Amino acid sequence: MKRLKALAATTASVPITLFGLVLVTFLIGRVMPIDPVLAIVGDRAPADVVAAARLELGLDRPLYVQFWIYLGKLAVGDLGRSVMTSHTVWEDIKRFFPATMELATVAIIFAAGIGIPLGVLAAVKQGSRVDHVIRVVCLAGHSLPIFVLALLSLLVFYATLHWAPGPGRQDILFDDQVPSITNFLTVDALLARDWEVLRDAVAHLIQPAAVLAYFAMAFIARMTRAFMLDALAGEYVITARAKGLSAARVIWKHAFGNIAVRLITIMALTYAGLLEGAVVTETVFSWPGLGQYLTISLLNADMNAVLGATLVVGITYLAFNLLADMLYKLLDPRVS
Amino acid sequence: MSTTTSPQTWRDWLLTDTPASRAQAAWGGRYRLWRDFTANKLAMAGLAVIVAMALAALLAPLLAPYDPGVQDLTNRLARPSAAHWLGTDELGRDLYARILFGGRVTLGMVVAVVALVAPLGLAIGCIAGYYGGIADRLLMRVTDVFLAFPRLILALAFVAAIKPGITSAIFAIVLTAWPPYARLARAETLSLRGTDFIAAVRLTGAGSARIVLRHIIPLCLGSLVVRVTLDMSSIILTAASLGFLGMGAQPPSPEWGAMIATARRFILDQWWVPTIPGVAIFLISLAFNLLGDGLRDVLDPKQR
Repeated sequence: MKRLKALAATTASVPITLFGLVLVTFLIGRVMPIDPVLAIVGDRAPADVVAAARLELGLDRPLYVQFWIYLGKLAVGDLGRSVMTSHTVWEDIKRFFPATMELATVAIIFAAGIGIPLGVLAAVKQGSRVDHVIRVVCLAGHSLPIFVLALLSLLVFYATLHWAPGPGRQDILFDDQVPSITNFLTVDALLARDWEVLRDAVAHLIQPAAVLAYFAMAFIARMTRAFMLDALAGEYVITARAKGLSAARVIWKHAFGNIAVRLITIMALTYAGLLEGAVVTETVFSWPGLGQYLTISLLNADMNAVLGATLVVGITYLAFNLLADMLYKLLDPRVS
Repeated sequence: MSTTTSPQTWRDWLLTDTPASRAQAAWGGRYRLWRDFTANKLAMAGLAVIVAMALAALLAPLLAPYDPGVQDLTNRLARPSAAHWLGTDELGRDLYARILFGGRVTLGMVVAVVALVAPLGLAIGCIAGYYGGIADRLLMRVTDVFLAFPRLILALAFVAAIKPGITSAIFAIVLTAWPPYARLARAETLSLRGTDFIAAVRLTGAGSARIVLRHIIPLCLGSLVVRVTLDMSSIILTAASLGFLGMGAQPPSPEWGAMIATARRFILDQWWVPTIPGVAIFLISLAFNLLGDGLRDVLDPKQR
């Protein structure tokens, strides 16, 4: 019961934060020095056309009325139309967002698969050479600009070694070969049982996902090390050792079992952070996801698309943070 | 009080267990911190790199062999050589000179961001923490909203709405960077607010403003400095990412991120042209991470 109350308290603040998120996005759209009317009708339009467009966009109304209208449109998923793609922003997001999620999901699997064992190893061998090497690898992950790593990776694995296929999500040969059901290309290929497309999609996915994963891995390994050091110093670990349990059993069952919940929350937070890294990674790898959509819209001053994408990323980020919070409260028996 | 200036006795004076004055105790404490800090070789290496790069940026007009904007189209994309230490870019501009001048842009942006963000976060956090109640709830809600956006995305949307450029990039980074500082300052203030010495100060008749300014803020500074140093690399990376995505410094500015953006099409053939600014960003940001780690070990009382 206490646990449910704690959960309710966490979720109660969400609507307010969400409202703030929408408000901030709305205000960013309204501080533009570019006149949205002129952007649509062009700067040579006659005065009455400009006035009509202004009326149609509701820009003659007070700001709070405009915000109310914006909220109403948002409630039915109307984010306006993208000038660049001439689709509605919502359609665009539905098309591009799965590509980003696919990238981020594979990246977090890589990151956790490598980062957690590294972190545990560093903690177990604290102060040794191994620990120092892992520390430097992680610090480099925090210091290297992701676009530099992405460019260098293209240079080495694509241009020099020919291990990885070039940028993009799939080879042009396979364009539209499988029906888009989920828009997750690997899943769609599986559903269509088209193994060639699947192999091509996986090959294209590995490189950008690995680049993206490095940064997440650095963070996960660092946190794992810190948690693990904490756990290893616990008295129950000393007791377990004194009982004569094997080192592996003490480390993985006793110490690691205790930090697993905290690691899950860290992974949810990292997953949210990957959305940000995806913007830059997608730009370098021409990955047709939300990040690339966002940057291309930015360069074309396509404000509806920019704000729509920003809002969707913000909401996803919020959702993952909430998830992290809830998992922690649900799974950790110590939280009351 | 000791009047000799020989190093040995200065050391004794600083390290004495029975300081004769408050000043002596304070300087002794600082000396001990400095001694702990200098023992951390990685942190010292970080500090050395930062000082060297800051000096190189400050003295760029003296150190640079060429003007960073002068083009030499007959000598495009040259390999590093005696004449051009790091080679030239696609317009024949000397890369070494551009890296030096680019350091001015990057470090200038970082200094501007920190100068704005630290006081802002400190003020918001201290007010929320000290006064509590509605002010606290309101300010922390606003903080939550800004924390709900990934940093780079909010900065991008903000810059796009105003106008791409260095000034907007600085404001955009400030807009996205202040919430953690406010949270930190609030947490510190909350833990200090109930302490006996604050109660004693209040009993002597000090007003709220005096308590916050003279007694609470100075005690928040230690953790704030650590946070700023650890945050530096993230600020540098955000600034560089904005430049790379075309939303920060604009060409022909020698900002490192913008340099990589214009040079990225040469990655397969003249790989050093985009790589060299990348190395510069990596070095300075690694240096700040190392320094921040060292400072945290020394300054953060919870770690000791």
